[in-house]
Amino acid sequence: MSFIGIYLLTLLAAVLLVGCLNPNGKSLVAVCGTVALSVVSSVPAVGALMGQTFACDFAGSFFTGPVRVIIDPLSAWFVLVINFTMITSVLYGRQYMQAYADRRSALSLHWMCYLLVHAGLTSVCAMHNSIGFLVAWEVMAFSSFVLVIFEGDKVRTIRAGINYLIQSHIGVALLTVAFVWVAMVSGTYDFSGIGQFVATQSKAACFGLMMLFFVGFAFKAGFVPFHTWLPHAHPAAPSHVSGMMSGVLIKIGIYGIVRMLILINVNYLAVGYFILAISVITGVYGVMLAIVQHNLKKLLAYHSVENIGIIGIGIGVGCLGLGYENQMLAIVGFAGGLLHVLNHSLFKSLLFYGAGNVYQATHTMEIEHFGGLIKRMPQTALLFLLASLAICGLPPFNGFVSEFIIYNGLFSGINASFSTASVLMFVAAMAGLALIGGLAIMCFTKAFGIVFLGTPRHEFHNEPAEFGKARLLPMYMVGILIVAIGLFPQYFVGAIRSVLGQMVGADVLQTVLPLCCGAMTWISWYMLGFVVLVALVYGLRSLCARRLPVAEGDTWGCGYLAPTPKIQYTASSFVRSYRRLAKPLLNIRKRAVDVEGIFPTDAAYSTEALDHTETGLIHRPLRVFRLMLSKLSFLQNGRLQNYILYGLLFIVVVLGVPFICHIIRVFINYLNTLL
Amino acid sequence: MLSFALIFVASLFFTGIVVRVKSLASGRKGPGVFQPIRDIWRLLRKGAVYSRTTSLVFQLAPSVYFASILAAIAVVPLGSYAGIVSFSCDFVFFAYVLALGKFFCIIAALDTGSSFEGMGASREALFSMLAEPAFFILMGTLGLLTGRTSFLQIFSGLHIDSNLSYILVTIACFLLIMICMIENSRMPVDDPKTHLELTMIHEVMILDNSGFDLGLILHATNLKFAMYGALIANLFIGNMPLWGSVAAFFGIQIATAVVAGVIESFMARFRMGHNSQFILVLSSLALLMLLGVMLIIN
Repeated sequence: MSFIGIYLLTLLAAVLLVGCLNPNGKSLVAVCGTVALSVVSSVPAVGALMGQTFACDFAGSFFTGPVRVIIDPLSAWFVLVINFTMITSVLYGRQYMQAYADRRSALSLHWMCYLLVHAGLTSVCAMHNSIGFLVAWEVMAFSSFVLVIFEGDKVRTIRAGINYLIQSHIGVALLTVAFVWVAMVSGTYDFSGIGQFVATQSKAACFGLMMLFFVGFAFKAGFVPFHTWLPHAHPAAPSHVSGMMSGVLIKIGIYGIVRMLILINVNYLAVGYFILAISVITGVYGVMLAIVQHNLKKLLAYHSVENIGIIGIGIGVGCLGLGYENQMLAIVGFAGGLLHVLNHSLFKSLLFYGAGNVYQATHTMEIEHFGGLIKRMPQTALLFLLASLAICGLPPFNGFVSEFIIYNGLFSGINASFSTASVLMFVAAMAGLALIGGLAIMCFTKAFGIVFLGTPRHEFHNEPAEFGKARLLPMYMVGILIVAIGLFPQYFVGAIRSVLGQMVGADVLQTVLPLCCGAMTWISWYMLGFVVLVALVYGLRSLCARRLPVAEGDTWGCGYLAPTPKIQYTASSFVRSYRRLAKPLLNIRKRAVDVEGIFPTDAAYSTEALDHTETGLIHRPLRVFRLMLSKLSFLQNGRLQNYILYGLLFIVVVLGVPFICHIIRVFINYLNTLL
Repeated sequence: MLSFALIFVASLFFTGIVVRVKSLASGRKGPGVFQPIRDIWRLLRKGAVYSRTTSLVFQLAPSVYFASILAAIAVVPLGSYAGIVSFSCDFVFFAYVLALGKFFCIIAALDTGSSFEGMGASREALFSMLAEPAFFILMGTLGLLTGRTSFLQIFSGLHIDSNLSYILVTIACFLLIMICMIENSRMPVDDPKTHLELTMIHEVMILDNSGFDLGLILHATNLKFAMYGALIANLFIGNMPLWGSVAAFFGIQIATAVVAGVIESFMARFRMGHNSQFILVLSSLALLMLLGVMLIIN
């Protein structure tokens, strides 16, 4: 049996079996199915990374022609990233969904769609035929929509889900247009048609095609201003789904962009500048909005936007490297971007799992309500701290490695100084990346500090408590990989060498990559040294403190002896000075009822951070559109007679128009005979 | 290794000189140059009081903070003599490892659940975030000027020979001194001598630290001062022979300390709301320097 046959049969068996079992069995099948699918797809993927590209033809239909399925190094890298996060996510989700064990039918649908998303994501990476690609893309988009609306009885959830569905399909529409354009020119739906398109068409047309693809994929990836579905969908979905979506589903957009960069191999300079500019904006804008969020999962969602920006900076640098024919730049840029794809999928899924634990322990996501959770849920807190450090790009964790490589690219770009414009662009990107780093630190000191540290700010109905080992296991799996990449980056950079070879040419790789890996070895030693140093200082401290008196007391309160949790800094007050500083760029709706008079009644204060792009590009045009359509609302008057009249009119028009056209044509012919 | 040892030696007297200059400027005799280090030594041998609110984070943070500064010093060279390690883009590591220390400082402050320390944490997070781009643009500019990508190569490749480069080095010096003052929470951004918690930044974050931990934090500040002093010294040392660079190193460290003391004596602290504007100006100064370098190159 062929490889694809095995894959599809596994999928089919798992999906059918999910429906027949009790809730525990359903999730068990989902776990087994996910692992099986991962193993089947990982085998050729690992082979491809080793240099053995896997290719086969799927029979297809008369419409598509034979569908090429190729797992080359680029596909393989994304397939492996997807598989790992899908496995941790299903392991975590199995525990998470136990709280919903009474909703049997919803659970069936959930786990079926989970398996379909996994298959869809993997197939998107392997399809080299536009029809097959779009089918796999749709399978993924629809089933992830079903995953998002698991709690569909809540209005907010269903609204977020539909928002996601619509925006994701605007992206699909653009991709379809692009693919059809290619097919019209080349006459084939195979990806090789894109090569023919590039060979025959003008550069401007190729740029237009690239932009169509970029915007289509940007809707999925979440580049600003196409990101507005993301902050709604992530908080609405169950936590393992948020982790999976943020970790791998949005990366499929990045995959699409990189794939098209390989296929449309002209205009690298223009495309590179474009991607770099939009990525810097995406990164800074994402983190700027993340800081002012009050909902923990929404905050994390905006950080996904930020990290897509960082990945985009890497890819933009790589593109410029190709454009300026500077191999070092190209390799470093793509290496940073692709490694960050893996890194972000790790720490972001871990953060969402942590947020999921917090949510199920407290049943709220409002940051202002938390406090002191580290004493109740120590392991969750430490894992969340680990992921926070990693997402801020701090050493010795994995986020630092990819950001360091990207910085390397930016600095070599500045040093190469191709032109004034290039220097300014690289400096802007570097300052942007530094600013992103600073803002991320502010955001995660807030998120971790307010949620887990201090004293509890709120009485919860049930006292929050740590979860069992089964739920922490997938989190530790991710955590270990985060530390491993941070401490031994050279092996992971080595793993993507064949991907880089595909991007820049294998012969170039031989000369340039050793330089890059050499620096990684230094980094590795340095990180290890740093860990040892921390251990030494802490050990010395413990040694000295052993002989000394240690007392416990209250937090110093400036002489005030009755501190309450209310006097702590809150999340809003922590970011207040930032909010005032960034006010012109943010869209914050503030409602305040001040304390007035001698006998003040209730006072209130609330802020809500809105998104400029969302209000400007979606809400306002929609309002105008609705206003225009409301002028036609007299047509919908509820009278049956009128509706029958409309039907009649329609039939008359349908029959009448060709008839009138015919008469006109006859008349024109008659006039022609007269002349 | 050499620069690491020299910076450690300089850290022993740097703050002492700042304090001495301040007292001389205000007409007092003032404590000896080694008084700050004696205070730290005393603290290291003292017991500690921990708040009941705090957790493991609070215990761990001072050690991480101190280690982060040692790790940052490890990449700082002395002219053409490398630090403990040197690799391409080591200044990214420098900035990020310092940021790690700061991250722990901030969350340790939030760990106490005190309103004052939360306030300090908030300010520290904001100001250090704003100072980050200035440092990176400065390093990018120096990289562009010399065509190199690591601290060691940049500093050993730096030649001050034309009129324009005098201006550039002046701006670079000013930037580094100001970044140093911000990072160490000194005037004109923060006043370490203030007695009102509401006007503090760094001091208010460490209100609950005591004993060994406080000693570590205070000495970390000294080290940080000497580290930035070393960076400034490196702007001038270039390819000097060993004895010359060591002499120049100490000369410039002392000069930097005197300048810091003079700034502290004759400047008032900015209003808290104006700090962010001031720090943003540093980024634009760094951009100005970039434009200067682009003039030189073309």
